[in-house]
Amino acid sequence: MSLLDKIKSDIVESHVWKAIFRHGYEDTPRNRVMMVTANVFLHLHPAKVRRHAVRMRFTWCMGGLTFLMFLVTVVTGIYLMFYYRPVAEYAYADMKYLEFDMPFGMLMRNMHRWSAHAMIVFVWLHMFRVFLTGSYKPPREFNWIVGVLLLVLTLLLSFTGYLLPWDQLAIWAVTVGSNMARATPLLGYEGPFADFVGANPIYDARAFLFGGGEIGPHTLLRFYILHCIFIPLVASILMAVHFWRIRRDGFSGPSL
Amino acid sequence: MAEAARERRLPLDDKIHTWPHLVRGEFLVALFVIVVLSLWSITIDAPLEEPANPTRTPNPSKAPWYFLGLQEMLVYFDPWHAGVVLPSLIIVGLMVIPFIDINPKGNGYYCFKDRKYEILTFVLGFHVLWVTMIIIGTFFRGPGWNLFWPWQHWDPHKVVALTNVDLPYLFGFRDYWWSAAFGLVVIGAYFVFGVVAFYLWVLKVKGREFLERWGMVRFTITAALFVLMLSLPAKMFLRLVFNVKYILVTPWINV
Repeated sequence: MSLLDKIKSDIVESHVWKAIFRHGYEDTPRNRVMMVTANVFLHLHPAKVRRHAVRMRFTWCMGGLTFLMFLVTVVTGIYLMFYYRPVAEYAYADMKYLEFDMPFGMLMRNMHRWSAHAMIVFVWLHMFRVFLTGSYKPPREFNWIVGVLLLVLTLLLSFTGYLLPWDQLAIWAVTVGSNMARATPLLGYEGPFADFVGANPIYDARAFLFGGGEIGPHTLLRFYILHCIFIPLVASILMAVHFWRIRRDGFSGPSL
Repeated sequence: MAEAARERRLPLDDKIHTWPHLVRGEFLVALFVIVVLSLWSITIDAPLEEPANPTRTPNPSKAPWYFLGLQEMLVYFDPWHAGVVLPSLIIVGLMVIPFIDINPKGNGYYCFKDRKYEILTFVLGFHVLWVTMIIIGTFFRGPGWNLFWPWQHWDPHKVVALTNVDLPYLFGFRDYWWSAAFGLVVIGAYFVFGVVAFYLWVLKVKGREFLERWGMVRFTITAALFVLMLSLPAKMFLRLVFNVKYILVTPWINV
């Protein structure tokens, strides 16, 4: 036995190693299953999948890539949060600081933004693929509903993040996007039948969204909290349900 | 064993190990996408304009690109309809898909033949309407939300004559209440006609047996959503060809 083999066996036979890794690496059917079932992250998968469900031309990889984009925005987003203050006086200056002074600040911001856009495209394509393969049919109807909710949350995540740079693009895009809320029937002050409810510019659906009659510092804080805490939290819960359900119901496929 | 199963016509297990067959693929695709995303992010900077200024409205003010379909719909419908009611119905309409589609075929594989009308409806709603509206809103709208070709100069002083008239006016109604009544009748007729046409169409392509299986509730929801979806191209047609502003005009809502 050579010295290297001796060292290796000393390590992998050690108490510590065995406490962390539950199985060997030999390519045996048992280990292949253990790789998935004994790993909390890979455990998202079943131990075995049907042959066709692995093929890229069946899945287009879109669901997984949407999740990957979400993870990228989480990682880059946390980096950005270290340098960004959601206060009207500082927000824009922090953006400049981030772009010009922070190591990799610009790259992190770019990746955050482009992966957010990619996430929207991927989630639309994922929906289209699931429709084409009829994968929403029984028993996966409820998972389709969860998916639609996740689609809406993806759009809202991107929309709330749009305001945070606090530049002209941000406030006017969000103004235009939110103006529809003031036209909500009954609840928006410019909407039909607003008079019957008593909605007015500082007390209606849009004011609830903005935290005031106009877009302003209060809106920035509100959107920041929605963007960084509330919506990611809700989306994560729904994602857990989404993945759990597909795991329980199995991937769709032609009957054998 | 496989031979024995085949002989007894039992389903064969076609499962393969997730590790390595699926995990390997996922890893490689994720790696590829991360590399592309990194290169993209190194070469193209995210936009940052001048500081927010609530007193200076840019012309045009555009929503984020994924909402430009909704903003484009504002040309044809009032905000309460295009910005609130229709988006809500899009979400609800997507959610009810698994419950109104009772076709057992095409579950888990690509097949156009067995699901022709389902797929065509989705393509109409998603690709033709939603994506087209986004493309128009993104690339063809300039100052004043006027139409510009992508290569045209965005002239902020472009004057477009406002020649739109309401449909009742076009038909000679001048009296306030008669106009409203006429508009209501037109919209009612559109829905009645649309639902009846939808019924006859389903009867023709799917047959009576299917309609009975489908049931009243599913038919009504599908017909209502389908006719409502077609109301967008219908209104676009009326606007672009006949300059129709509103069909129904009342003190409370205009459609």
